Amino acid sequence: MSNLSEKNAEEYWRRNKSLMVKLGVIWFAVSYGFGILLVDQLNAIHLGGYKLGFWFAQQGSIYTFILLVFYYTWAMGRLDKEFDVEEEE
Amino acid sequence: MELQTITYIVVGFTFAIYIGIAIWARAGSTKEFYVAGGGIHPVANGMATAADWMSAASFIGMAGLIAFMGYGGSVFLMGWTGGYVILAMLLAPYLRKYGKFTVPEFIGDRFYSDTARTVAVICLIICSVTYVIGQMKGIGVAFSRFLETDYETGLYTGMVIVFFYAVLGGMKGITYTQIAQYCVLILAYTIPAIFISLQLTGNPFPQLGLGSTLVGTDTYLLDKLDMMVMDLGFSEYTTTGRLSTLNMFAYTASLMIGTAGLPHVIIRFFTVPKVKDARSSAGWALIFIAILYTTAPAVAGMARLNIMQTIEPSPGEYLKIDERPDWFKNWETTGLLEIEDKNGDGRIQYSADESVNELVKLDRDILVLANPEIANLPNWVIALVAAGGLAAALSTAAGLLLAISSAISHDLLKGMLLPNISEKQELRASRVAMALAIVGAGYLGLHPPGFAAGTVALAFGLAASSIFPVLMMGIFSRKITREGAIAGMVAGIGVTLFYVFQHKGIMFIPEWRYLEGLGSNWFMGIEPNAFGCIGAVINFTVAIVVSKVTAAPPERIQALVEDIRVPVGASIAQTH
Repeated sequence: MSNLSEKNAEEYWRRNKSLMVKLGVIWFAVSYGFGILLVDQLNAIHLGGYKLGFWFAQQGSIYTFILLVFYYTWAMGRLDKEFDVEEEE
Repeated sequence: MELQTITYIVVGFTFAIYIGIAIWARAGSTKEFYVAGGGIHPVANGMATAADWMSAASFIGMAGLIAFMGYGGSVFLMGWTGGYVILAMLLAPYLRKYGKFTVPEFIGDRFYSDTARTVAVICLIICSVTYVIGQMKGIGVAFSRFLETDYETGLYTGMVIVFFYAVLGGMKGITYTQIAQYCVLILAYTIPAIFISLQLTGNPFPQLGLGSTLVGTDTYLLDKLDMMVMDLGFSEYTTTGRLSTLNMFAYTASLMIGTAGLPHVIIRFFTVPKVKDARSSAGWALIFIAILYTTAPAVAGMARLNIMQTIEPSPGEYLKIDERPDWFKNWETTGLLEIEDKNGDGRIQYSADESVNELVKLDRDILVLANPEIANLPNWVIALVAAGGLAAALSTAAGLLLAISSAISHDLLKGMLLPNISEKQELRASRVAMALAIVGAGYLGLHPPGFAAGTVALAFGLAASSIFPVLMMGIFSRKITREGAIAGMVAGIGVTLFYVFQHKGIMFIPEWRYLEGLGSNWFMGIEPNAFGCIGAVINFTVAIVVSKVTAAPPERIQALVEDIRVPVGASIAQTH
């Protein structure tokens, strides 16, 4: 079915999960963290006319989400190569 | 040239393009009808997904809500973008590897049960119909303004056009048309925003303009906005949350999880050539969506400022009713804007105090469409916004109707009830289902359970509480059983519907409310629009508990879960 031994499959899945957890932490921090839970504290800081907490809630979180998805795509592409589980061209 | 004439020309021209593409790419076989022949490039797929995704709620509804909710409106911005991160990491690549047409098909196979598939179909229909009601509200608003009639007539006209539009196309038509629609809607959204940002702040980027100073002053736009709303007795724009921190948290979570559970979005990721394209497609879709979503808060803040300055040009000096601008009169025709001169001074007072406020009705869904008129932009820009609003509403309505009709004809009829029907009969059944869905949603759209974006948020909550948890558990756990998944979906959507209908009435008919003695938002102060994430938690819990006490899934299912984890060996895009 694939070029993976069972042990490799486990390792591949473990690495994938650990990547998801890392990116998930950032995802949570910029939206729920900075945009909602810590918004009052961050609002004390200003970014031009924006209060920082407000900026994360209405701008910054969205920019971060884009970076996260593209980083994930790139990192998984690398992982697929390393474990030789890429799809045939 | 007259504004209405220009609007007819611009709207007519864009429609001619969409219909032209739909005819050119007319669906041949059933497989093409559903997933557009596979093999669509991730950038193109991302753009089409963005058009599919950004509906009347995003285009027409969202900025209007943010304008009047301020910081509290951030739940829509974070909620409707953050879901793509979940989608890209947790669902899209695995579902693509699995390679089936529809979401219920995956659920039925993974949980080795036709009952699970049927339950999924029912959940999917409930979410999608609610979603279409929200679109109908937006379509009604757009057509009523554009035809200069009342809201109801606008809605009926919209229903007829949606029907022809969706039936003609099918997915292939829709995919290419949606790329055209994306271009129209994003131009229509950003051009007026750029104009207004330049007018107010001198900065051509609305995202930066919102954080800049007003032209010719040292005052930041947001500070001025805060000051003006507080003078009128409203609470501060940039810090006022939505009910409570917990409610904002739940609202954002419901929308994010819902994004990753909505079948018409997920089905998009079945159509890319490879597993790795499923990952990047989500990223491209998010970029195209973010262009609108980062502009929306600027549109909201600037429109709020402009409205207040129109009504109160200088402090204490209110607008004379006789001198009110044309856009006021035009929107009064639709019944979505009303003024009442309570103190008989011939001027329009605007205030947070209901007893003094004379702007008695301002439907939030008119704000984006009225925005260019409020800012005195040229007529062609106003016409373009009308075309963009219609593009957004039509593209999503068509995508959803396709999801509904494929659930009924493909999953219910062909998959279970009548396995022997021919392709032709299946196609006919799917069209009948579409027509019924439009009529039903249109009828409920006459008295929608909220503004366009609020109604759509309900649909997301329902998707969050039913579809997403079982998809995720189906991919990430070998242990979740058929009984667990079925019980989870039923419990999740059941609890959510119970809470929503208790507030809004059964089938959103207000007379059919029950247990009114409980008061509103009685569960920890969470509003019904935000309740989907509670439903999702219940879904997960019930599924896990039930799975512990029922017989483990068969060996082949456990192997299947292992297999979808690696990209290698994915079938070629499923249609060939």
